[in-house]
Amino acid sequence: MAVADPDNILEHDDHHHDPFIAHHFESAEQQFDSGKLGIWIFLVTEVLFFSGLFVAYTLYRIHHPEIFQQAHHFLDKNLGAMNTIVLLFSSLTMALGVHAAQNGDNKKCGIYTLITMVCAAMFLGVKAVEYSHKWDLGIFVRSTFDYAEHHPEGISPYLIKLSVIPALLLVGFIGASVFSKMTEKDLLAKFFGGMAVTVGGYFLGALVGLGFMALTAGGDAHASHEVAASPLVLQAMSIDEDEKHDEHSHEEGDHDHAGDDHAHDDHSHDGDHGHAAHGAAKEPMHRDVGTFFSIYYCMTGLHAIHIIAGIIALAWVFWRCLALHWRPDYFGPVDYVGLYWHLVDLIWIYLFPLLYLID
Amino acid sequence: MASAEIRNKIFDTPSVNYLNHQKGWKSWAFTLDHKRIGIMYLIGVTAALLLAGVFALVLRSHLFSYQGAMLSDEMYNQMFTLHGAIMVFSFIIPSVPAALGNIVLPMMLGAKDVAFPRMNLASFYLWIIGTGCLFAAILSGRGLDTGWTFYTPYSIDTSSAVIFATFGAFVLGFSSIFTGLNFLVTINTMRAPGQTWFKLPLFLWSLYATSIIQVLATPVLGITLLLLIAERTMHIGIFDPTYGGDPVLFQHFFWFYSHPAVYIMILPAMGIISELISVYSQKRIFGYSFIAFSSVAIALLGFLVWGHHMFTSGQSPVVTLIFSAITFTVAIPSAVKVFNWLATLYKGSILLNTPMCYALSFIFLFGIGGLTGLFLGTLSVDIHLHDTYFVVAHFHFVMVGGTLTAFLGGLFHWWPKIFGRMYNDLMGRVGCFLVFAGFNLTFFPQFVMGSRGMPRRYASYDPEFQIFHQWSTVGAFVLGIGIVVSFVVLAYAAFRGPRCGSNPFRAASLEWQTSSPPDFHNFIHKPIMTDPYDFDSQVYDETLDTYIPRELADPAKVPPRKTPAHH
Amino acid sequence: MAGSNHSDHPPFNHPAPLPLLIGVFLALVFLTILTLVTSNIELAQFAFAIAMLIATAKAALVCAFFMHMFWDKGFNILFFLSSTLFVSLFIGVTLLDTGAYKESIDVFPRAAEPAKAAAPESPAE
Repeated sequence: MAVADPDNILEHDDHHHDPFIAHHFESAEQQFDSGKLGIWIFLVTEVLFFSGLFVAYTLYRIHHPEIFQQAHHFLDKNLGAMNTIVLLFSSLTMALGVHAAQNGDNKKCGIYTLITMVCAAMFLGVKAVEYSHKWDLGIFVRSTFDYAEHHPEGISPYLIKLSVIPALLLVGFIGASVFSKMTEKDLLAKFFGGMAVTVGGYFLGALVGLGFMALTAGGDAHASHEVAASPLVLQAMSIDEDEKHDEHSHEEGDHDHAGDDHAHDDHSHDGDHGHAAHGAAKEPMHRDVGTFFSIYYCMTGLHAIHIIAGIIALAWVFWRCLALHWRPDYFGPVDYVGLYWHLVDLIWIYLFPLLYLID
Repeated sequence: MASAEIRNKIFDTPSVNYLNHQKGWKSWAFTLDHKRIGIMYLIGVTAALLLAGVFALVLRSHLFSYQGAMLSDEMYNQMFTLHGAIMVFSFIIPSVPAALGNIVLPMMLGAKDVAFPRMNLASFYLWIIGTGCLFAAILSGRGLDTGWTFYTPYSIDTSSAVIFATFGAFVLGFSSIFTGLNFLVTINTMRAPGQTWFKLPLFLWSLYATSIIQVLATPVLGITLLLLIAERTMHIGIFDPTYGGDPVLFQHFFWFYSHPAVYIMILPAMGIISELISVYSQKRIFGYSFIAFSSVAIALLGFLVWGHHMFTSGQSPVVTLIFSAITFTVAIPSAVKVFNWLATLYKGSILLNTPMCYALSFIFLFGIGGLTGLFLGTLSVDIHLHDTYFVVAHFHFVMVGGTLTAFLGGLFHWWPKIFGRMYNDLMGRVGCFLVFAGFNLTFFPQFVMGSRGMPRRYASYDPEFQIFHQWSTVGAFVLGIGIVVSFVVLAYAAFRGPRCGSNPFRAASLEWQTSSPPDFHNFIHKPIMTDPYDFDSQVYDETLDTYIPRELADPAKVPPRKTPAHH
Repeated sequence: MAGSNHSDHPPFNHPAPLPLLIGVFLALVFLTILTLVTSNIELAQFAFAIAMLIATAKAALVCAFFMHMFWDKGFNILFFLSSTLFVSLFIGVTLLDTGAYKESIDVFPRAAEPAKAAAPESPAE
């Protein structure tokens, strides 16, 4: 090894370096490989992060199948399927965006990134409609679950509350875009314009969701078609009413007794559809349905937080597309954000059948 | 061959180094340099250690009398909880990897920095935020009284500041993930040319294994704590039995992280010991590949034994039996390490300086800690010993006798590299002796009273145990003094110690092939790839008064090789 | 490993063929519709297995082509896929255990219905 000659004294003048290659990397490829491994490891942590919820789901589903049988009728599987396709499409545009970045085509990459963000926001819009509809019906988590069958009129107050922040963002982004245009900052104007379009996606999603529910409910504002159609649930609901009277008369109810009944039901009627509802006559089913929705809200809520994080990451990629940063030997960040985005999609691919398609 | 001028440039103490090339607090607060981040981490974890150590002394003082000397029962509960939570989450887990590992890992690879320097800095600030949240739990006036394990259903019902504390632990988890991710990528992609996996120092193998655990297990802690927060605020009915939830499930969730986390705490310590034993015996490490793979084996087996914390929790007998059996297998890779260290010592030229004293203490204390773990892994014995002081003594022998001892040993080993100054070895050894003696005095009596049935976490106790508790309390103060002495010796050395050369201990791993303290870029020459345990590759240079690689030495004065370079 | 002299290296961007990406998307849509259709058919105990099988097929498509696993380094793939091993370990062991004491949880006294009675004294966080 010719290590001892003065040539091996390293010069650390970083200024000759490429601005997109960090000083501590030897080459663009080393930097790319490091980032790639890093993002894969990050995805591993994400999988394990969600794993806790999958464990909770599996346990409660296997130990209390009757709850899941009953609960999933509150979910609209067609709406879920539509949302799945929206997310799959966003994955496609993301992959196309990465493809464009790999070829150094910043314009195409920007367009695809924007479409991805719009789809992500649409997904959230549909989700907001789903959530608010459930809250209208009193479908909350376990402790506050208080289902009451009624026909909510007009737009849900919960949906309006959920839409306040997107509305503010929309106004803000449009304002910022116009202001940037006036001050001749074209790049910023484009960026904020893109973000306004993204937030618009949320409202588009909400409209589509509302329209979809109105359609499937056959013009009736009451959209839980599935629930209405199911004799099983109707029966449970009427029992629910009985139960309320019951609870009033036995305010200081004998909980031990109720628990015993419940345990008894589990043994005699596990997985037996008809009888599960019948068993509800002795024990208010709606309590345990709440556990399903606890898990449902945890899973979809955490997933939604990841979607929001994804939109923020995509906005960063979008900005750098506008700034023309990507080239064939420097496209790593698009690839990494893309991988993250596909993981969010992957998780939904499992959540959809687990939550919506229980039969 | 290199001229004297080049040698001086490479190895002589530089006037401009990473410690002084930029000045002002901003140059530290916003630094991306792994060495500076490591030093900030070092200061942080040391502060956490001292604070939680004070809690420990308060606890021990309280237990001096069997009625409890000074605290109310509630205060006692809060005190042991905060001692445990801060020690585990803010001190032990980041101690070796994030503080020492951060400083030496890139240098051991011949790299300029870790793969993601900004993530490294973010990890430190997350540590600050997380530790801040734990402190907020104290300062909120409501304290935390769940024990560091946050077991449900008590953690759902108690009025203490569980949400602050769990959020703190959640954030600290992310800090730990960031460190682990960074290290995995750095070791994978940034090794020096020619540095194959089997030329890595064993410290890096142990950090690699640790990082695997950090990345795989810590997210589960994250979701567990989020669910706990949700359970507490909204009663979602997953862990809360009054809403049909399963409190034992919480224990599964918690230990799925926290058992592997035990190996996050001990594996890096074992890595340090592998370095120290070899360097201070001046002898090639015995069974390199066995030690390397035993680290990975411990990391993976660590995922299969979490249920041994739950033998008395209502866990099913089948699962209990399986967990008990697998627990014993962990002893195999651990013993592989210990035997290899002992074999390395055999016929080595042993230098009993401060780091080596700590290393030898480690082997002794970890031996006891590890073996008593087998008692606890035995089903029938554990039924008797569960939740007694025997358990407390066992894990303190591993966590303090193991990790803290190795951490201090590692500090004394790398201190001259980090600050370019030598400590007072006599005072260092005095500190080591106090730590060793105080530690044994504290925790050995706890084995005795534990096996006689003294339960842990009790604020007052039966008078028959008082004498053991009193020994233990005296020992705790000796241990405390020992730790303070050690840190004073180190702090004095950092500012006032005599200058030392680039490689005063004749170590052969790459971090010693640069000046002490190193340049901002770590190396100003391409490091020469040598076997990290081939000490004959380093030869003494009179003008520099230190050891330098054979290839760079003055050819006229190079002594002949004593051992073959490769086996 | 530190890759030196990058000028000699072949480029490391491997753009996936466009028709392939679009084909994968169409396959994913098809599978989504398929799983929706099968969920409406009474398949008794197989329904869950079929739904999971379809989901896994979709996941495999996304991983292989959208996530470029098909062209990626073996180590990255190994690392990512090993996570599923740990998830199944986690699910498997807890499942094995919780079944054994399920009964004692089912008979645990429940809290009063929160809609009518106040929820248990919630600590002021």
